[in-house]
Amino acid sequence: MLADQDRIFTNLYGDQPFGLDAARKRGDWDGTKELILKGRDWIVDQIKQSGLRGRGGAGFPTGLKWSFMPKQSDGGPVYLVVNADESEPGTCKDREIMRHDPHKLVEGCLLAGVSMGCTAGYIYIRGEFIREAETLEAAIAEAYDAGLLGKNACGSGYDFELYLHRGAGAYICGEETALLESLEGKKGQPRLKPPFPAAVGLYGRPSTVNNVETIAVAPTILRRGATWFAGFGRPKNEGTKIYCISGHVNQPCTVEDAMGIPLKELIERHAGGVRGGWDNLLGIIPGGASVPVLPRSICDDVLMDFDALRDVQSGLGTAGVIVMDKSTDIVAAIARLSKFYMHESCGQCTPCREGTGWLYRMLTRLGRGEGELSELDLLQDVTKEIEGHTICALGDAAAWPVQGLLRHFRPELERRIKAFQQRAA
Amino acid sequence: MSAPAGFEFTAENRAKVDAIIAKYPAGRQASAVLPLLTLAQAQAGGWLPQPALDHIADLLGMPSIRVYEVASFYDMFNTKPVGRIQVRICTTTPCWLCGSDEVVRACKETLGIGIGESTPDGRFFLREFECLGACANAPILWVDDDFYEDLDYAKTKAVLNALLKGERPKPGSQTGRQGSMPAGGRTTLKTIEQPDAGGPTDAG
Repeated sequence: MLADQDRIFTNLYGDQPFGLDAARKRGDWDGTKELILKGRDWIVDQIKQSGLRGRGGAGFPTGLKWSFMPKQSDGGPVYLVVNADESEPGTCKDREIMRHDPHKLVEGCLLAGVSMGCTAGYIYIRGEFIREAETLEAAIAEAYDAGLLGKNACGSGYDFELYLHRGAGAYICGEETALLESLEGKKGQPRLKPPFPAAVGLYGRPSTVNNVETIAVAPTILRRGATWFAGFGRPKNEGTKIYCISGHVNQPCTVEDAMGIPLKELIERHAGGVRGGWDNLLGIIPGGASVPVLPRSICDDVLMDFDALRDVQSGLGTAGVIVMDKSTDIVAAIARLSKFYMHESCGQCTPCREGTGWLYRMLTRLGRGEGELSELDLLQDVTKEIEGHTICALGDAAAWPVQGLLRHFRPELERRIKAFQQRAA
Repeated sequence: MSAPAGFEFTAENRAKVDAIIAKYPAGRQASAVLPLLTLAQAQAGGWLPQPALDHIADLLGMPSIRVYEVASFYDMFNTKPVGRIQVRICTTTPCWLCGSDEVVRACKETLGIGIGESTPDGRFFLREFECLGACANAPILWVDDDFYEDLDYAKTKAVLNALLKGERPKPGSQTGRQGSMPAGGRTTLKTIEQPDAGGPTDAG
């Protein structure tokens, strides 16, 4: 297990105030000017060497992403945009950062901004996080008052403005181009890529969108060194990670531990184990609603990192671990996710707009057993008609949980259909 | 709750409007549409009458239709009158696994209304909401600006009965849990020296 002195988020539970004085005692804003003066190439190189991969779900290498931004200024604005639209079911990590440790994010914005030549940053926080937004706004104001942001930030000679922008309730705005549309004052409907945001982003200017946790770990990596961070976890899956554990565990919680911790150990060590014991486990969604559910047999020994979970046809996603014990109606649990995607589809692409409703209605009906066995293949076919046929990944995200259900729990659906047919006969 | 003939921001809110618009580059003031709609909805009693939408369109130099489509796209905006106290239940899978059906039942019973309805006296509006992003503290009830967490049937009733009496119960975990720490006590951050900086925050 990760030692306490290697945890980045030492105020995850709000033991101490969020404010600047307490944050400085936790080590934030220590030597920030010197880090800035080492230059953007040094920062990008350190982040590359640390192995940090995006913490918002896709796991793209952060240093590489930062290196895509234009090296030469054309004199116009360049933007950092932070995705704080945390709404992936099962995920509640960025909330803890923003309400208890916001200065890690604020300082991270400045350092990431420097590394990409950004002139300003916008943090897009989901509208429902009202108290969290108040806290973060207060932290930004403190940083301005102390000369840490704005003109000549930290006395480094670098100018960087940082603003908080509140959303208004739309899961799709967590998709980076929908977020940019929303930030520009439009409906949150994703843009076609290319062009990618690094070329044409916010207001048509070069922009990079990063998740809260990704940005918030950057200052500590730069202070403690890339090799320190890369010392945790397996190759290509390095670092520490905040995990959120919800559902049928004895003690749901949010906790920071090393990447690659065994799923079973994560749950037993931090979340008090599965309700009724490990043998009472039915399945786990390991990385937020979008990734396929895993049956107990895989949960027994799978590791919590990008590659290990990809290898079992699921994903680390946001590391929002949703645990279901044997009392769970697994079809209803996945159908509720289908309802979520149906509700949150922005309506732009037909396969997603229509298909998410199909998935929800079919699963709801088949969950009652009302249907034919052949419809299970039809259901799989519907997921394949959505997956890969939409502008953004929401369509894929809607398809994968249903595919996971069919992959691992098809016998349960078949049992219900046969039972219904016997009753009807 | 009838639709007003006109809408203008109060002087106090007008100052906030200017501060909000100043966050965005010149010519990009349309970016302020979400925060302005949020402000207008609060001023208008929890919903957005059309004159408010038109006023915002004027302020930001946007065609009215662009403001209408934004107002109807985002879940937090109400385009019809609703009860003043907004009670929203998360029923997405993590909350559902932890008993959100019981939270729904307690809300319906205590307020005497169904999902999507307001009480006849115009005090309460009850609706379902998709994942609120506090899953380790499920199930969640979101009342106006605050989350009530770690609920069950009885605790939901207690919160609502207090609201009915005109009180504002303490938000956060209703089991007394600190933030999203495991209920049985911390499993991490045991050995970090906690600087004496004034004790826990209220935000927990």
